[in-house]
Amino acid sequence: MAYSDKVVDHFNNPRNMGSFKKDDADVGTGMVGAPECGDVMKLQIKVQNDTIVDAKFKTFGCGSAIASSSLATEWLKGKTIEEAQKIKNTDIVQELNLPPVKIHCSVLAEDAIKAALADYQKKTDGQPTGTK
Amino acid sequence: MKLPIFLDNHSTTPMDPRVLEAMLPYFVEKFGNAASRNHAFGWAAEEAVEQARKQIAKLIKADSKEIVFTSGATESDNLALKGVLEMYKEKGTHIITSSTEHRAVLDTAKSLEAKGMATVTYLPVDKYGMVNPQDVQNAITDKTILISIMLANNEIGTINPIQEIGKIAKAKGVLFHCDATQGVGKIPVDVQAMGIDLMSFTSHKVYGPKGVGALYVRKRNPRVRIAAQIDGGGHERGMRSGTLPVPLIVGFGKACELCEQEMVTETARLIKMRDRLQTDIMAALEESYLNGHPTNRLPGNLNISFAYVEGESLLMGMKDIALSSGSACTSATLEPSYVLRALGVGTELAHSSIRFGLGRFNTDDEIDYTTKKVIEVVTKLREMSPLYEMAKEGVDLKSVQWAAH
Repeated sequence: MAYSDKVVDHFNNPRNMGSFKKDDADVGTGMVGAPECGDVMKLQIKVQNDTIVDAKFKTFGCGSAIASSSLATEWLKGKTIEEAQKIKNTDIVQELNLPPVKIHCSVLAEDAIKAALADYQKKTDGQPTGTK
Repeated sequence: MKLPIFLDNHSTTPMDPRVLEAMLPYFVEKFGNAASRNHAFGWAAEEAVEQARKQIAKLIKADSKEIVFTSGATESDNLALKGVLEMYKEKGTHIITSSTEHRAVLDTAKSLEAKGMATVTYLPVDKYGMVNPQDVQNAITDKTILISIMLANNEIGTINPIQEIGKIAKAKGVLFHCDATQGVGKIPVDVQAMGIDLMSFTSHKVYGPKGVGALYVRKRNPRVRIAAQIDGGGHERGMRSGTLPVPLIVGFGKACELCEQEMVTETARLIKMRDRLQTDIMAALEESYLNGHPTNRLPGNLNISFAYVEGESLLMGMKDIALSSGSACTSATLEPSYVLRALGVGTELAHSSIRFGLGRFNTDDEIDYTTKKVIEVVTKLREMSPLYEMAKEGVDLKSVQWAAH
């Protein structure tokens, strides 16, 4: 199977690979997938005033899974929480030219974004705004 | 050293130039039909085919009349299973095989089952991928007509105790088919000593051309009969009709001759290179696990799982080395290797497996390059792996509640 140039580029030069401390108040962590299924994505966001100021990922999976999560971190940076909610797996499919058999990688990336956002919101729920 | 490097010699092998040389006259100049009995063109073709038959038979210690040419090992497996079942169905319809056979055997067995023509026992294997002869013995019933067990596995290279299984088959009067596709030409095969009644193998795994294979069909003690699956001109003693592909057969013959002549030195060379690759990689990378038998396996085979990294991404990181993986992402079925699963290798480690297949044209330089590259890419991908990070933090990955998808 041939990979698109963009997948190869993200695979060879992953953007924002790494981790934040998941217990920090301004960090939201999403971990999706399962080792038995062959892919696990960890996606983290750092939020200030409702804006994602930084994002990081670590992924166990095929090249397309790595590329999807790398691209997701690129897209998340600078977006507000609300804007980030709107990122769709189909956007990732389109940007990376993923073949049908790899669409689940993009679904996983969207799930990881949603999970990271939810984790952040859970942390901040009930807290007065502006303190984070 | 030229890139890319071909280290996938279980999938196929490059043709030996000496084989090509032997084939060349049979395309244009000596183009005759080996079945043409009345003119010189036919005689020349027939002579070449008979010469090849002898070369092939010699490699497996058979008689040349026991070689039936087919299009390849898949056809040979189909012909053996379906042909025996059809011929002996009055005697019984039970087949014994193992769970790690090649799909050409497993899917043929399943197809016969689905059509209601056979009942099939799929024997388990031990943690090295080996069939226990005692299990074969225990599975035999009065309805059993065929045992089909592979010589060496295509993924992990493990070699089965064929001789012992052959003895059991003989004692019980059950026919014994062996899919020897990966083993012939690589390790000594003796159909007499091993008690094999039918045996599948193919040319392109032994540095010959693609498109030709053979089924060994025993002629004496017992005389094995099979029902033809392709009807026509009655070629190959009626067992497989169709005009013989003379140039391919000549190449197959030459390829077998070369394997026989060079097996001893080639085996020693391959084992030395393979063991070096294995030792160097496994010494440098913690949590790398050998799949298959530590010693009793094909000389050119090495299958390792690298925990915390996924196989397809490993292959992608080493795209100037041709390898294969048991990862789901590299298979047509999107399931991880059923062979590794049958050994009890966990699904996650099956996803992380890489198969190295060394062959005649690999060099020490290529092995050095591969060793370096594997260590580099596994290390890089582990840095990228959330599982590796968690393991380093002391998290027991088995205790995590994963969101399966």
